[in-house]
Amino acid sequence: MSTVDWKNYTPVLLPDIKDLHKIDVYIKNGGYKALKSVLTDKKSWDGPKAVIEEVKSANIRGRGGAGFNAGLKWSFMPPADGGPRYLACNGDESEPGTFKDRKIFEYNPHVFIEGALIAAYAMEITTIYVYIRGEYKTYIDMVENAIADAYNKGYIGKNIFGSDFSVDFYVHSGAGAYICGEETSMLESLEGKRGYPRVKPPFPAQKGLWGRPTTINNVETLSHVTGVINNGAEWFSGIGAKTHPGPVLYGISGHVNNPGVYELPSGIPVLDLIEIAGGMRNGKKLKAVIPGGSSTPILRADQLDGITMDSDSLRTVGSMLGTAGMVVMDEDTDIVDVLWRISHFYHHESCGQCTPCREGTGWLEKILLKIKNGDGEVRDLDLLLDVTTQMEGRTICALADAAAWPVRFTINRFRDEFEARCKKKSHAVA
Amino acid sequence: MAYEFTKEDLREIEKIKAKYPEVMPATLPTLWVAQRRFGHVEPEVQRLVAETLGLPEAHVHGVANFYTQYYKEKKGKHVLDVCTCLSCQLCGGYEILHHLEETLGIKAGDTTEDGTFTLNQVECLGACGYAPMLQVTNDKYVNHLTKEKADELVDKLKNGEEPDYEQMKMPQHKNI
Ligand SMILES: Cc1cc2nc3c(=O)[nH]c(=O)nc-3n(C[C@H](O)[C@H](O)[C@H](O)COP(=O)(O)O)c2cc1C
Ligand code: SF4
Ligand code: FES
Repeated sequence: MSTVDWKNYTPVLLPDIKDLHKIDVYIKNGGYKALKSVLTDKKSWDGPKAVIEEVKSANIRGRGGAGFNAGLKWSFMPPADGGPRYLACNGDESEPGTFKDRKIFEYNPHVFIEGALIAAYAMEITTIYVYIRGEYKTYIDMVENAIADAYNKGYIGKNIFGSDFSVDFYVHSGAGAYICGEETSMLESLEGKRGYPRVKPPFPAQKGLWGRPTTINNVETLSHVTGVINNGAEWFSGIGAKTHPGPVLYGISGHVNNPGVYELPSGIPVLDLIEIAGGMRNGKKLKAVIPGGSSTPILRADQLDGITMDSDSLRTVGSMLGTAGMVVMDEDTDIVDVLWRISHFYHHESCGQCTPCREGTGWLEKILLKIKNGDGEVRDLDLLLDVTTQMEGRTICALADAAAWPVRFTINRFRDEFEARCKKKSHAVA
Repeated sequence: MAYEFTKEDLREIEKIKAKYPEVMPATLPTLWVAQRRFGHVEPEVQRLVAETLGLPEAHVHGVANFYTQYYKEKKGKHVLDVCTCLSCQLCGGYEILHHLEETLGIKAGDTTEDGTFTLNQVECLGACGYAPMLQVTNDKYVNHLTKEKADELVDKLKNGEEPDYEQMKMPQHKNI
């Protein structure tokens, strides 16, 4: 069914070039040409708005999980008023199953830095922060070095390429909190506070960092901007799935022979992707796949025929692309254990501000532990589904939904296994 | 014991403050400077951070408590954070955890009597393709663990050696 030509695809975000993280190697391979072009080639780029239009028509759908068109998001920034404006780059990367942005930090930090600088020019931003999870200390050091090198070359700082565009670029390290990947929690953390997500509205474009207009984008999203400027929006939107185009960094983990990060077009058949990753480990049969990070609904092997890695195709079977961090499970996997562990994660990471999330994630974990230990009853499954209904759409941020979906869909799709684990009791014991 | 920042630390803190329009955003990075200097951020250290930045102690305390990577109490010389989250669970993270519990003679969350090792069970560290894995004292990742590799790591750390940086290649490439 798929027409995506992935066999002839050559990576552009993470090409197979040694030492590309070094600025001179990056420049030798065409680096910082895109930035120079938007700043100095007035014939091709008639000001910041033209850059926003190009990025909008490329349709880079946010790689942080929600899949929102990046250029469209940029157009929500209010007109510049001479005061500070911020770009906050999201490198928190904490959704279980997701480990792709770190590859950019390690192998090609400048493609990200250049993309962020272009975004800053397009939105007339004065300061860029990249928020990187604290556990990535190694990568934080690498990105800090890369930013220092770009400052030295004059690509960051005052009057870049002799233009009137000036911007600063800083790294902000997290310190262990999944919730700080949620965009307004990240802003709180950048402001030096506990990472409690903010009530929206106001949205960050209106009131973000220190009450000023702010845009938040994922690190991979921004990295794609460089290619869009170099090669044009049509080039980008012509790669992969039509409605969710472009290259994607797929992180593949679990029971495959060659787990890791692969750069390929969007819209690859799920089953092909497993083959690309070396196929199933020990010749086992495929049981299930979580397509894009722990919050995206699980899919049974028998649901995967003809399904491709893009939002439209995954929606037809009731799932999402999320972060494209695909977790593969073989026939021996204990689904009850897996769901309990996912629920433990969300309970641990709930910030506790909203009652439905704080209490709900606790209940989910507790009931699942009971079932996992063989002490559950069939009616506990309905109780679990009840709890998820009370959590969804009733909280300040989407963590509650992210916690509820796996429970609802895993029980629906593997009900037999849950029932088998529950005691056959149908009445309460007094 | 009274804690003090060195001149070098104070210079670094000034540099940190220059990155932001206000002082409060320096809270997280300054806690990092403190933890690297003293090995923890016990209440005494939190007080030092608050004084140095001119911020309320209650604020620094609240921040230190919110984030799991700050050590609010003294830990062992080496902290082994074993990931048991989704992908690591699937690939044997719990077996590694239990093996280390046995080898070190402690339970997850505890520190060995001689203060050499603290063992923790942690949430996803963003290394899911290299499962099972662990992180050593907020720094290096040790990937694709086996019981043997875990034992080697323990020996290495006991001998005062640092774990190497493991570059995890992209399976589709030759050079990176
Ligand atoms: C609980 C929670 C955790 C999140 N974690 C991350 C994360 O680690 N990295 C990320 O880029 N986006 C994360 N997001 C999504 C961000 O809120 C935001 O949508 C994204 O960074 C926007 O960038 P994009 O449009 O380029 O994808 C998270 C969202 C929620 C609700
Ligand atoms: S939904 Fe959960 S994580 Fe999000 S703000 Fe509410 S309590 Fe915090
Ligand atoms: S699940 Fe262990 S690193 Fe992600």
